[in-house]
Amino acid sequence: MPALLTLITHNWYDIRDLSNLSGKIEQLIRDANGPGWLVFVVSALLGAAGIVSFIGVAAIINIWIERRVVGRMQSRLGPNRAGPFGLLQPVADAMKLMQKEVLQPKVADGLVFSLAPIAFTVPGILVMAVLPWGRNMALANVDAGVIFILALTSLGALAVFAGGYGSNNKYALFGAMRVIAMLVTYEIPSVLALLGLVLFSGTMNLSGIVLFQAKYWTPLLLVQPLPFIIYFISSSAELNRTPADLAEAESEIAGGYHVEYSGMKFGLFYAAELINAVSVSAIIATVFLGGWWFYKLDEVVPGWMIFIGKIYAVYFLFVWTRGTLPRFRIDQLLAFAWKWMTPMAFLNLVLVAAEVLIWNETGVSAGLVLPLYAVINTAFAGALIVAWVKVMGPKFSRFPERLRYYSQIDVPSLPAVAPRMDEGAPGLTEGRSA
Amino acid sequence: MPLKSEPVEVNIGPQHPSTHGVFRMVATIDGERITDVRMVVGYLHRSMEKLAEERTYTQNIPFTDRMDYLSAINSNLGYCLAVEKLAGIEVPERATVLRVIFSELQRIASHCMATGAFINDCGAWQTPVMYTFRDREKVLDLIEMTCGARITTNYIRIGGVAFDIPDEFLPALDRLVNDDLPQRFDEYDRLLVGNEIILMRARDVGVVTPELAINASLSGPMLRSAGIAWDLRKADPYCDYDTYAFDIPVGYNGDSYDRMVIRIEEMKQSLRIIRQAVHRLTGGPHKTEVPLALRPPEGEAYARIESPKGELGFYVVSDGGPAPYRWHVRAPSLINLSVLKEMTVGQTIADAIVTLGSIDINVGEVDR
Repeated sequence: MPALLTLITHNWYDIRDLSNLSGKIEQLIRDANGPGWLVFVVSALLGAAGIVSFIGVAAIINIWIERRVVGRMQSRLGPNRAGPFGLLQPVADAMKLMQKEVLQPKVADGLVFSLAPIAFTVPGILVMAVLPWGRNMALANVDAGVIFILALTSLGALAVFAGGYGSNNKYALFGAMRVIAMLVTYEIPSVLALLGLVLFSGTMNLSGIVLFQAKYWTPLLLVQPLPFIIYFISSSAELNRTPADLAEAESEIAGGYHVEYSGMKFGLFYAAELINAVSVSAIIATVFLGGWWFYKLDEVVPGWMIFIGKIYAVYFLFVWTRGTLPRFRIDQLLAFAWKWMTPMAFLNLVLVAAEVLIWNETGVSAGLVLPLYAVINTAFAGALIVAWVKVMGPKFSRFPERLRYYSQIDVPSLPAVAPRMDEGAPGLTEGRSA
Repeated sequence: MPLKSEPVEVNIGPQHPSTHGVFRMVATIDGERITDVRMVVGYLHRSMEKLAEERTYTQNIPFTDRMDYLSAINSNLGYCLAVEKLAGIEVPERATVLRVIFSELQRIASHCMATGAFINDCGAWQTPVMYTFRDREKVLDLIEMTCGARITTNYIRIGGVAFDIPDEFLPALDRLVNDDLPQRFDEYDRLLVGNEIILMRARDVGVVTPELAINASLSGPMLRSAGIAWDLRKADPYCDYDTYAFDIPVGYNGDSYDRMVIRIEEMKQSLRIIRQAVHRLTGGPHKTEVPLALRPPEGEAYARIESPKGELGFYVVSDGGPAPYRWHVRAPSLINLSVLKEMTVGQTIADAIVTLGSIDINVGEVDR
C-alpha cells in the first residue's frame, strides 16, 4: 500500500495518460508476485470507475448546459436560482424526481416497462469503453470498435420501443412505432458514413483512427465533410433530438414513449438521453475531430482534457440545432433519409474507395494527397447537396410567393333575401378575380 | 395471412400540450392518417351569456375580458360598441383614437402569441414562442402602463375608455412602434417566413377552399388566407377605421403557412395604423359620462369588429331594464374551429396539430 501511495504522489503529473498509472500498478503487482489476472481486474475496475464517474457528472452538467444554452438562445436567462449560476438546478430536479411516486399503469407490461429505462441507459455508457481517451487510454481497445459503437448506438432505439410498447398507451405506441421506423432508416446512412472513414483510415479500431489523424495531422472532418453531415443528422434522429424528436414529439403525441413514466424512471430516461448525446458527441469527436489529438497541444495538455473539450464542442452543435429548428413530419424525415442521405453516402463511399485505391497504388506523399482530397471531397459534397436540392428539393412554385394587399375592398350590398350558395356567394368572386 | 388491423381512436386533449387550452379532439386514426375527427368543446364553459342577464351593462365588460383573454381589449371594444349603439351614446374623438391605438396594440400581442404558438406546434422547441413573447411583453407593458392590467384589461368602457394615457406612454409607444417592433417583424420574416422546415410542414396543410370558407362563415386570417379580401375594418368600419390608410394582406392558397404569413403582415399593418393614430390624438375628454346603471331604451343592437381571430360580433337586446335581456356573442374562434374536420381528415396527426395551431383558437372564447 505505501508503494502504491508513493506511486501516485511521485508521478502525480502523469495524469496525461492514465495508462501510465495502470502500467505502474501492473509492475507493482508483478513485483509483489501477485496473480497475473489481478492486473486486468484492477485496471478494468479503474477504467470503469473513471468512465462511470465521468458519465454521472456529465449527465448532471449537461442538464445545466442544455437548459442554460437553450435559455440564452431563447433570449431568457435559464435556471439561475439554485446555487451559483443555477448549477445546482439538476441536483434539485433529481431530488424532486426521486421523491415522486413511480406510477405504473395497470395494463402495462411490468417487466418491459421497468427494464426499458435501464436498457436505454446502458449502451450510452458502454460506448465510452472503446473510445480512446488518450494515446494508450482506451478501456477496451477493440479492433472492431466501429462495429461495436454502431451496434450500441442502435440499441437505444430498441429500449425506446420497449418503453413505448410496454406502457400500453396509444401515445406511447405512436412513439414506439416511429422510433422503429427511424431506426431501420437512419442506421443505413450512419453506417455508410462511418464506412467511408474506415476505408480512408484503413482500420476499424477507434484508437487506430485517431492515430491515423494524429499521424497525418488531419482531422478526418476535413477530408470527409459529407459523412460528418450525414452522421450528425442521422445520429440526431437516433438520439430523438429536434428536428427529429418524433418519438417524443411533445407538441404532437405529448411525450411519446415516456408519457407513462414518472419519478426516477422518467428521470433515468431524461438523464440517459443526455448520456447518449454525450456518447454520440464523443464518437463524432473521435472519428471526425481526432479524439485526444490536437496538433502539438496533446503533448502539453492531457489528451482526455482535449477529448472532453471536443465532446462538448460537438454537444454544443446538438444543443444549437435543438434550440433552433422545428420538427419534421415522420414521412418527410424518412424520405429525407432514403432519398437524400443514403444515395449521397453511397456515392461518397465510391469516391472514397477510388481515392484510397489511387493513394495506395501511386504512393504519393500524404502531404500532397490529403489537402487535394480535402478539396475534392468538399467540392463533391457541395456539388452533391446542390444537385440534390435542384432535383429533389421541395417545390412550392405552384403558388405565388407574395401575399396580395388590398387597400380597398368591395362590399356587396346585402340582398333582401340571402342568395343560395349555388348562385354564387358574395365576396367570393371579388377576392378571386384580383 | 393478412395482418389484422383496425382504426384506433386517440383522444387529443383536453389535457394536451397543443390544444391551446382545454379543447378536445377525438381522432380516429389509421396508422398515422386521420380518418375521422370529433370535436368536443365546453370544458371551459362559464355561461357568460346567461350570467350577463343578471348584471348591469357596465358589470358585463369584465366578462368580455375573459372570453378572448389574449385580445381582451378587442372584446371590450366589440361589447361597448354594441351597447353604445343600443343606447345611442356618442364617443369623444380622443377616446376613439385611443380605442384604435389599443385595439391595434392588442392585435399585435394576440398575433405574436398565435405565431409563436403555431411554430411551437410545428415542433420548434420553445424558441419562437419565447421570441414572440418577448415582443408581446413590450406591448403588454404599454397596456399595463395605461390601465394597470396586462391580460384582463377591462379598459374600454361604455362611452369611452377607462383611463387617459399617462405622460410616459407616448414616448414609450414611439420607441416600440418605430424602433423595436419593425426590427422584430423583419426578424420573423427572416427566421420564419423563409424557413424550409416550416414551409415543408405548413404548406398545403389544413387547406380551406374559398367555397368552404364562405359556407362555414369563417372570418379573420382564416378567410383571408383562402383568397377572399374581407376585413371588417374596411368592410364595415367602426372607430373611423375607414380614415386610416392600411392594407389587408390576402393569401392564395388557404393553408396554414398563408395564415402564419398573413398574421405577420397584419402586425406590420397594425404598426402603420398606430403611427397614424398617434398624430390624431387631440385634447378633450377620454370618456362620455354615462350613468352607472345604464338603462338603454327597448330594442336590440348588433355590433361587430375585426378581432385578431376574426369577426367578433355582439348582439345585445334591451327590455329597458338595467341588465341586458339577452346577450349573444358571435365568437370567431368557435366558428373558425368548426371546419377542423374538413381541414384535418386525410392528414397525419402531426398535420392536424399544425392545422389546429394555425386556426388560432382561444378556448376561452370558444366556450365562453
